[in-house]
Amino acid sequence: MAAITAVLARPTTYAGVWGWMTTVDHKRIGVLYGVSALVLMLIAGIEAGVIRVQLAQPDTGIIGGDRFNQMFTMHATVMVFMVIMPLGAAFFNFVVPLAIGARDVAFPRLNALSYWLFLFGAILFHVSFFVDEVPDAGWFSYANLTEKPFSVNSGLDFWSLSLLVLGTSSVAAALNFIVTIINLRAPGMSLMRMPVFIWMTLITSILLVLAFPVITVGLIELTMDRNFGTNFFIPSAGGDPVLWQHLFWVFGHPEVYILILPAMGIVSEVLPTFSKKPLFGYPFIIFSGIVIGMMGWAVWSHHMFTVGLGPIANSAFTITTMLIAVPTGVKIFNWIGTMWGGSIEFKTPMLFSLGFITLFIIGGLSGVSHAVSPSDFQQQDTYYIVAHLHYVLFGGSIFGLFAGLYYWFPKLTGRMYEEKWGKINFWLMFIGMNLTFFPMHFVGMNGMPRRIYTYASEFGWGDFNMLSSLGYIVIFLGMIAFVITIVRALRHGERAGHDPWDAPGLEWSISSPPPDYNFATIPQVEGLDHYWIVKARAKADGQDRVPAEPHVDPSTIHMPSPSYWPIWIAAGTALIAGGILSHFALSFVGGVFAMIGIIGWTNEPATAPDAHHGSQH
Amino acid sequence: MAHTVEPSSGPDHDYTTTGINHRKLLMWVFLGSDCLFFGALIATYMVYRGQSLNGPYPIDIIDVPLTTISTFVLLCSSFGMVQALAATVRNDQKAIQIWLLATAAMGAVFIGFQIYEFNAFKNEGLTLGVNLFGASFFTLTGFHGAHVTLGIIWLLGLFFAARKGRLGPATSLDVEIMGLYWHFVDIVWIVIFTLLYLIAGFDTGPSAPPGG
Repeated sequence: MAAITAVLARPTTYAGVWGWMTTVDHKRIGVLYGVSALVLMLIAGIEAGVIRVQLAQPDTGIIGGDRFNQMFTMHATVMVFMVIMPLGAAFFNFVVPLAIGARDVAFPRLNALSYWLFLFGAILFHVSFFVDEVPDAGWFSYANLTEKPFSVNSGLDFWSLSLLVLGTSSVAAALNFIVTIINLRAPGMSLMRMPVFIWMTLITSILLVLAFPVITVGLIELTMDRNFGTNFFIPSAGGDPVLWQHLFWVFGHPEVYILILPAMGIVSEVLPTFSKKPLFGYPFIIFSGIVIGMMGWAVWSHHMFTVGLGPIANSAFTITTMLIAVPTGVKIFNWIGTMWGGSIEFKTPMLFSLGFITLFIIGGLSGVSHAVSPSDFQQQDTYYIVAHLHYVLFGGSIFGLFAGLYYWFPKLTGRMYEEKWGKINFWLMFIGMNLTFFPMHFVGMNGMPRRIYTYASEFGWGDFNMLSSLGYIVIFLGMIAFVITIVRALRHGERAGHDPWDAPGLEWSISSPPPDYNFATIPQVEGLDHYWIVKARAKADGQDRVPAEPHVDPSTIHMPSPSYWPIWIAAGTALIAGGILSHFALSFVGGVFAMIGIIGWTNEPATAPDAHHGSQH
Repeated sequence: MAHTVEPSSGPDHDYTTTGINHRKLLMWVFLGSDCLFFGALIATYMVYRGQSLNGPYPIDIIDVPLTTISTFVLLCSSFGMVQALAATVRNDQKAIQIWLLATAAMGAVFIGFQIYEFNAFKNEGLTLGVNLFGASFFTLTGFHGAHVTLGIIWLLGLFFAARKGRLGPATSLDVEIMGLYWHFVDIVWIVIFTLLYLIAGFDTGPSAPPGG
């Protein structure tokens, strides 16, 4: 064991590619998550473009039905598991330790492991393109379409095994953030003084930790059906495909709150800052979040109203689903109350937050309309659902996450983006989003089913679909504007200063970009909106502005050392999954690999005793 | 700004808001997660109870007395775990090693029984693919067995650490966290044994019990 540790001597460099591969710094891991997720967003966005090209006009055959199935499956799976979730994780990583006054997360190496598992899982998933055995059964892959007679190639194996790897990553990250938030708050930061984003991260992480094991079991059963001869979801052997639907949606409904709660948290940070006014009804927002987190477990069968569970189940889930709109509504009214009477600055993060609220209300209203099971019978599996889910996931989650990207960009880089470009980005995305998805309400109510690769012109859906496809172009231009904004800001953005927004959070009290150790002295938190309290007191003392916390000699602060083992173990785990897809011997090699990594990990102290921590970015 | 922690004073990475150690909290939250994992597997088994279209059925092969013995051994191993922790706290080096090894041995006996049982079931015609009973039984008990096996490896790791004199009151948390895991795996087995053996172990053909 000692030999292993000796061969791979502890990495000491922070520079270059090696530095990024062995980093355990939460800020760098946040950047890794964010960049990977944005690249995957581009890939999934291009898949959406292929879908929109195919559907722009009736009776087209630009790509066949098979390729179309692959496109919507990849688009949805990647967007849910490899874009929105890791973008959320990017913010958890970058913001949480800064906002609770900690120097890192509770388990820095576990954090790195989570990232590498995510990356390798995503790569494994996309290998399916190279062998042209692409998953094609939709993002919820209903049984028994996923079983051998109907899905012969290994596309569905790619799907289930990659999701198993990604699930491991998510659970590990969520465990880490639960412990970090409960255990690493600065003195004085009681639970009811935590920023809303931290609360939403905590609730999201709890949902993740409890929801992912359920889909893990479903995926294991699916993998066993496809590879080891079991009959869990094969009706001819007595198996029940509806069990898959239950397992999937018991996970899947908490999952949609996993996707939206981080965005809600970000918006709750942005609105007070740009309204110059504390959040209205802080405890109500927190308790609404908790209620959403709990009730999210009691609504899953509203995805299954047309399965035939019977009138009693449908009624019960209609009622719980309508009830869960109440805490969501509470939040929206609190956000409006926050802005009421504030002196609002329409900076880009604020615009994205307002976009979030507007679009999420529209998506929420269509959501309530299919909470009612009789009405849902009309809407199930039509474009009306597609419109709804894009309003809450694109208009909701993505707009909220973009608000966060612009809000924390100066903190991350120390540079300011140009307002003009940020606003171009916002308006293109906002207009494009509505142009693309609003018409889907109409074609959906008109009966256009989801997941058809073409439709006859007699149905009269052509004009609306053309409008949607044109909207896609506008969204795409918006994304180009985003890239331009970021590149311009990185290359010659103005120096941002440590507190460009006059924000209330702890993270704004330190320099931008933050030093490796975050806080030279761990702050004593005096209340909700701590930094506003500090600044108000300074003002009362006649001091006009509060400077950033001065840097100290980094070698005086003990920080966790970088490590090879996270990426090593993640590679081993991905090999195990890859082996089931190709040859079991590979799984064995991967297992040995991971085992060596675990031994190395446990024999390595989290902080090297003689480590120098004076690193520069 | 007011502050409490000096930059270089003391081991400030040991500070926690609640006073609970990070790793211990992590283990508790992980066990919460694992509850849902076993919950979903047990739910699968119970949903498919009585749904197998062909034999062998539980009544044909489930051997309650045999598994009662292995259950008893596994439950006794929890006692060994408690003793190992107690010995660590009072720094009784000899007893730490004995009890860790004894706990691992009892776990190994349980796994031995399980291997024997799986093999016997296979010989009687119960495989993963033969019916839903086989699929859900082997998946559930197999994953439990994997948990026990992982626990045995972990116990042996602790045993070797103890031989090097690394365990004692200062590191009792290492044993305590292992104990949390071990007791959890035991408790899960109590549920599995009750449901799969004592209650559903006498199920006959596809119609019984109605509704499954």
